Amino acid sequence: MPEPRFASVDDVAARLTGVGYIASDAIATTVFLADRLGKPLLVEGPAGVGKTELAKAVTEAVAGELIRLQCYEGVDEARALYEWNHAKQLLRITAEQGQAWDELRTDIFTEEFLLPRPLLKAVRARGETVLLVDELDKADQEIEGLLLEVLGDFQVTVPELGTIRAERPPFVVLTSNATRELSEALRRRCLFLHIDYPDAELEQRIVRQHVPDLSADLAESVVRLVNRLRMLKLRKSPSVAETVDWARTLIALGTDDMTPEHVRDNLGVLLKHQDDIERASHALEL
Amino acid sequence: MTAPPADAPTARLVAFGRALRAHGISTGTSDLVDAAAAAQVLGYDDRERLRAGFASALLRRSSERRLFDDLFDVFFPSALGTRSVVAQDDPLPPAEDAAGRRARAAALRDELATALARRDRRAREEVVARTVAILGRLPKDSTLGAYSAAQALDLLAPQTAIAAALERAQDAGIDVPGGSGDGSGGSGGAGRGLASRFRRDEMRSEIAEFRRAVETETRRRNAEARGSERIARYAVRAPVDQTSFVLAGPDELAELRRAITPLTRKLATRLAARRRSGRGAPIDIRRTLRRAMGTGGVPMRPAYQKRSTSRVDLVLLCDMSSSVAGFSRFTILLMQALASQFRRVRIFGFVNVVDELTETIATAAPGADLSGNFSDTARMTKWHSNSDYGTAFHDFADQHLDAVGHRTVVLILGDARTNNTDPGLDALHTINERAKAVFFLNPEPARQWSSGDSVAHLYSDIVDMHECRNLAQLRHFVARLLPV
Repeated sequence: MPEPRFASVDDVAARLTGVGYIASDAIATTVFLADRLGKPLLVEGPAGVGKTELAKAVTEAVAGELIRLQCYEGVDEARALYEWNHAKQLLRITAEQGQAWDELRTDIFTEEFLLPRPLLKAVRARGETVLLVDELDKADQEIEGLLLEVLGDFQVTVPELGTIRAERPPFVVLTSNATRELSEALRRRCLFLHIDYPDAELEQRIVRQHVPDLSADLAESVVRLVNRLRMLKLRKSPSVAETVDWARTLIALGTDDMTPEHVRDNLGVLLKHQDDIERASHALEL
Repeated sequence: MTAPPADAPTARLVAFGRALRAHGISTGTSDLVDAAAAAQVLGYDDRERLRAGFASALLRRSSERRLFDDLFDVFFPSALGTRSVVAQDDPLPPAEDAAGRRARAAALRDELATALARRDRRAREEVVARTVAILGRLPKDSTLGAYSAAQALDLLAPQTAIAAALERAQDAGIDVPGGSGDGSGGSGGAGRGLASRFRRDEMRSEIAEFRRAVETETRRRNAEARGSERIARYAVRAPVDQTSFVLAGPDELAELRRAITPLTRKLATRLAARRRSGRGAPIDIRRTLRRAMGTGGVPMRPAYQKRSTSRVDLVLLCDMSSSVAGFSRFTILLMQALASQFRRVRIFGFVNVVDELTETIATAAPGADLSGNFSDTARMTKWHSNSDYGTAFHDFADQHLDAVGHRTVVLILGDARTNNTDPGLDALHTINERAKAVFFLNPEPARQWSSGDSVAHLYSDIVDMHECRNLAQLRHFVARLLPV
């Protein structure tokens, strides 16, 4: 059993706070468990609640290296796992004209000609590593099969080289916006964490952490406004990031209270669709 | 090696897992092992952390969360017995007769209003406990236990406490955010006035929370009397996946809305799936010869004709009659979501005459509640207001057949109950022949098909009919059954 990264749930919360990520109790508990049980963490939730930020914060909290695999439609083995450096292999072959084929063959399939991609890099890494597989739902189903070996046993098999096993399993975070159902096999290997919009108290702490100049009263007003907007059925509800942007806007405006005029004129900071803005101004009677 | 005998917490966990499975959340043995490991690491001291730990090990998707929480409360109650806040010597008359109960309800409502006005969570919790203990107590024990949340909430009518709470907050000046209070909401800073405008809406959601808390507390009390497993079987709500469209309430509809949008996106991509260019396509002579220039006129690399992306059109034909009212709320959701995903979708509604609804739906704001728009079905009815599939199909074949081409997929949504009129099979044949595919989604369970005035079997001979009662079945339809 490798050395655990965190001593307790409170330790997780404290260290995440130390690097500027205020975690709810549920988040801290799940991160703690992911570390203790040595399982990857699958994070789902609406856009902008800090899924990717969580991975970055954990990296900073354990003073490790972040290896990120950004998924997109069509991401494949060569982009995710490893690739042979063909150009270099060709050079090698032409440089050694006289060599016997058998020698050459074993020669050009060595570490030297291997281009590690994020997954292999994470498995081979020596020190403390956090592997972030971002927006997994954007990738095709096939890539999940590829991940199973990496996530289940923290190893990668390269046919020419054999199986490479991680010395110290990386802390793995997968994020998904749930635009596609992930396969059961993958879900089973992970601990599941759903991050929703934070409750009012937590969100106030987050806002004040990011915008220390903001007064407590104003922070409360900001969060109440955002929560009210989330209650409306909007196309895109304001996320935590937008709450923070809104707080910064108020600071930039140099105001110490939030008037209907301010809200009306700057609603674009919080809402990104014209019809959302119209609906919100109507509902809030601005 | 023999396994150690199961201790009490493990047995509890296994029973919990069984209850989850009985409600359709697939938890394997390995998940339970993870949950047990989580419990071992976390300990049983902090209940909320234990809940988070179990959730991370046992849950696979967020739609199952509500059911999980309900069952967790049943199997791992916060405590046993009556809460200490329920006073033994109450000055009010015992709640035996109706008048007594009303007096108790009024007193509790008053306390609730005060708790709301002061935004005092603890006081609210106390009201929850006493509401269940005093108002929820059934005169006779039912099979599900001695307490009823429905009865308690009926008597208390918590939503009526909002007005009093607002008034009280105004008087006390508590409504000012921050609580330090420089004047009442009106005369304070304008910004505070703005935030305090939300108070009413905030209270509304606090009342919703209160209702949920009463339900949880009731389950806790009943589980104690009747055993967790029995309560788990009957007294928790099904997850939104399994909720029948017909029975969906407003809360569930909001959840459905969230779940449907990604599903329609998937439907759109599946229907418009591009074929890989080149595979099976004829050779493009001109471009092949042109390429051959580079290899001295020898055509080494053939070029294939590019296939145009098949743009599948979608036609929706929906029964909007009142007999499928619950289903048509869902239908409208689906129509809205599809209209935002497909470039070319045409939507028709019918009761017994077909009317095109595309305009209405496409121009409405996304997320808007359109159910009101279709309650007036005048344009979809003629002579009588009962649904008549035969006439509607004939009408569609006569008036709108040009909407259907060889690339069109037609989705018919309805219960196939045609009130003993002519089913109009030949018209459906006509539509089926012209379309690429026709699917019939029926909100009734398959065992009720063809009972009474349903002609489901006649239709299912002509077109593919699928039971589509809940989100899980719709998901299955989109993912598995729909041919590309």
